[in-house]
Amino acid sequence: MLNVDNVTARYGEAQVLQGVSLDVDTGEVVTLVGRNGAGKTTLLRCLMGLHRSMTGDIRFDGTSIATLSPHKRCRAGLGYVPDDRGIYASLSVEENLTLPPVVGPDAWSLEKVYETFPVLAERRRQAGTHLSGGEQQMLAMARVLRMGARILLADEPTEGLAPLLVRQIGEIIRTVKEHGVTVLLIEQNVHFASTVADRHYLIAQGRVVESLDNAEVEQREHELLEYLGI
Amino acid sequence: MSGLLQQLFNGLVSGSFYALLALGLSVIFGMLGVVNFAHGAFYMLGAFGAFVLLDSAGLSWWLALLVVPILLGVIGMVLERLFVHRLMHLFPLYNFLLTFGIALILQDLIRMKYGVTSQPYARPSILDGSVDLGLFTYPKYQVFVFVFSIALSGLVWLVLSRTRVGMIVRASTERAELTQSLGIDVRRWVTPVFGFGIALAGLAGVLAAPMRAVNSSMGADLIIVIFAVVVIGGLGSVLGSVAAGYIVGMVTAIGNFYVPALSQSLVFVLMALVLLLRPAGLFGREEGVHA
Repeated sequence: MLNVDNVTARYGEAQVLQGVSLDVDTGEVVTLVGRNGAGKTTLLRCLMGLHRSMTGDIRFDGTSIATLSPHKRCRAGLGYVPDDRGIYASLSVEENLTLPPVVGPDAWSLEKVYETFPVLAERRRQAGTHLSGGEQQMLAMARVLRMGARILLADEPTEGLAPLLVRQIGEIIRTVKEHGVTVLLIEQNVHFASTVADRHYLIAQGRVVESLDNAEVEQREHELLEYLGI
Repeated sequence: MSGLLQQLFNGLVSGSFYALLALGLSVIFGMLGVVNFAHGAFYMLGAFGAFVLLDSAGLSWWLALLVVPILLGVIGMVLERLFVHRLMHLFPLYNFLLTFGIALILQDLIRMKYGVTSQPYARPSILDGSVDLGLFTYPKYQVFVFVFSIALSGLVWLVLSRTRVGMIVRASTERAELTQSLGIDVRRWVTPVFGFGIALAGLAGVLAAPMRAVNSSMGADLIIVIFAVVVIGGLGSVLGSVAAGYIVGMVTAIGNFYVPALSQSLVFVLMALVLLLRPAGLFGREEGVHA
């Protein structure tokens, strides 16, 4: 579904991505694991078209989207949740949900969103940033479902959340997957990653160094944790 | 007491102009990240537009109030497409130089044709005379300006807070890049928003024509105060710039009443205080500032 082919990116003089290639198939949940500064966030920004100096190719459903502007990539079915969750303070919870256009046939209705996430219904009139961190993450993912995006690109959704909330985010990701949405997730928490995802890419110094399945992650958890410096 | 009240009312009338100008400046800054130094020049062109239409075509002030803002709004959109757009992603100084240059050119063009003396412009006859406000009588026209500006600011606020277009403008103002990645073509909204801001400046100019001196430097005299108003209200905050417009008007009026010599500097004392206590402005959000 998503094919990333030899993508490079730089910030000024610094080469952040040194030729990343990876594939995500329809219906999969795939995580990008790696240390801070390995280039994971930059890669996600490249996928959304938010990073200017990028080379290489990105194909979505077989067609190249590498030169499309961000709003066209969104309309093609990419649903983005940035590392700070991307919730607007000047928009209410409901406006945060309805801002993006409906981009796919499987878009959730507002009623369905509120049924699945009752907290959002209760707080629909409040400013988006009045929600707690976990609720904001829920809102950001619910927004992607409301759009009817076909792939969710989420930049470390569990960062800074308490264990109980991390579990809740896991539930949401499983809900997303059950509804046929493919997921590409940045995650530092390898244990959490192995509970929600099918496969993992280990990213280091701007490259994919390894592709791992869940069994390998479980076997090598200690080694990976040490490697990630956690 | 009625003397002070009258001064305060003068402040609200000046504040009406500040509010309309700051509103446009703020929306433009929010959406484009451009500090439009030509804003005062378009206010001046608004007043001259009304003057020229009356002088050469006999068009009434009421018609000018409709026609001039539309005309200037279109000119603003053309300027945006031709110049501002190309510099938007560069260092802010480039747009500062551009809009400052546009202001100087417009001002000098008017000076070439009309010199530096003020042009006379009569009040529309229905709004001539004064009204009794209880404690004092006040020129009818000034009352109209105040009511009109409040109503217009309220209307703009309603559009921004209640409509889908308003929601898109708010989102783009807060975080343009994010809004882009949520499927909205922010660039498509930039040109009309710029035009709208310019139209508001032109409208303020038409309103000013019958009560202020219509000359080539009337915008340049005002623009510095307007920047202070926008900073006080909070860069990018629409409600903030309107509220700050009236606040600054009243502060200047109170200054005028007690210490006339200080009244202009009071604006900047207020600005310094606000920056010290609330760096993002009275109504600004920290995250809205660099958006």
